[in-house]
Amino acid sequence: MASIDTGGGDSGHKKGPGVKKAKKLSTRVDMTPMVDLGFLLITFFIFTATMQTPTTMDLNMPKDTQKQEEQNKVKQSGALTIMLGKNDQVYYYEGELKPDASNFKQTTFKGIRDIIINKRQDVINNYVPSPDEDAKIIQRAKDNGDPDWQNAAKDRDFVVIIKPDQDATYKNTVDILDEMTINNVKRFAMVKITDPEYQLIQKTEESAGIK
Amino acid sequence: MPSVKIQKKSTVTDMTPFVDVAFLILTFFIMATKFKPPEPVEITTPSSVSSAKLQEDDVVLITMDKNNKVYFSASVASPQDQGIIDDIIQTANKEQNLNLSPEEMANFRKTFSIGVPFNQVKSLLATPADQQKNLAQPGIPVDTTGGQLTYWIQYAKQAFAGKRLNYLIKGDNNAKFPTFDNVIAALKRNDQFKYNLITSPEEAPAGTELYKERHSDKKTSK
Repeated sequence: MASIDTGGGDSGHKKGPGVKKAKKLSTRVDMTPMVDLGFLLITFFIFTATMQTPTTMDLNMPKDTQKQEEQNKVKQSGALTIMLGKNDQVYYYEGELKPDASNFKQTTFKGIRDIIINKRQDVINNYVPSPDEDAKIIQRAKDNGDPDWQNAAKDRDFVVIIKPDQDATYKNTVDILDEMTINNVKRFAMVKITDPEYQLIQKTEESAGIK
Repeated sequence: MPSVKIQKKSTVTDMTPFVDVAFLILTFFIMATKFKPPEPVEITTPSSVSSAKLQEDDVVLITMDKNNKVYFSASVASPQDQGIIDDIIQTANKEQNLNLSPEEMANFRKTFSIGVPFNQVKSLLATPADQQKNLAQPGIPVDTTGGQLTYWIQYAKQAFAGKRLNYLIKGDNNAKFPTFDNVIAALKRNDQFKYNLITSPEEAPAGTELYKERHSDKKTSK
């Protein structure tokens, strides 16, 4: 211990020549590496983040029935049949398919919306009131809190029949069901495609070179 | 000559606020990130305008991948219901004569999904859960009458008896329609007619009925 104090016996205020001044260390820290690391982590989390929580689409299917009286009748005037083919192609016809297939038309997912809207408008324009049928529909719409319940029965004859074929994808199916929600189609049905229709689609695809 | 003194400014800036913000953002992302559970197959779901949130409690999940392979899995909301999961495999074992050992049946809880025909279930469950994804699963056979998936749904339905069971269908964009149709056939055979299709959210296209409806809703609610 003797070697530390060389200043002799006087007070500590005055320091002798041999005493080194204690260096004041700066309290500032270089934060650059910390910021670097921070941003690296941010980047990592941004890339791995799954922000979108999936949603679900409800799908209710009817029970298969063989009994004639349980099956729903579709009026030809209000029916629109949509068929889904290869390569996101959409085919449709209104009413019944004519034997010469003259009303069989082709479109895409972009075009089908207008066709649904037009057909619906068409049905509404040709609406013939039928009190007993309409009363039920209007009552149901009222109960469901539909703001436009007075007009709920006007499109009662409008039915979309969806027929995806063997080459349609699941995405196509979901898209067309979505289109029903988008265009407020209340009655639609998913039905198996018939052979003449499938052959027609295949013929059209062949001539259009769709593989 | 009096010279104009240019003051030398320090190039060192105070980075504290910068760091504060950076870490705030970091904290947000750590909180918001939900890691995807390891899935045996990559599924890209189609998008829909549907805004209903996914219910992930008591569910049976049927997955269709892009090669039209079908997978089955079931999960329960609360841990004390795990017995239901065991019931499914026990019934399957009994009905289909799978010859499973108790250990293999216990492994079913950890198994993410079943994607094999009944005759391969034993070898799938004999594999530890974390190695199952390396196994090539051919998918559960389905056909127009439902195929083997019908039985899986039947066992699940029995095990979940008395509980509200949701049927989730998760399909890949490129899965073909007939597969979907077959899955529905299997569900229909079990008298189940309500399903939830898992989709990713999408905004309703401008100018359509739904768009108008949603926007008028917002106005009235405000």
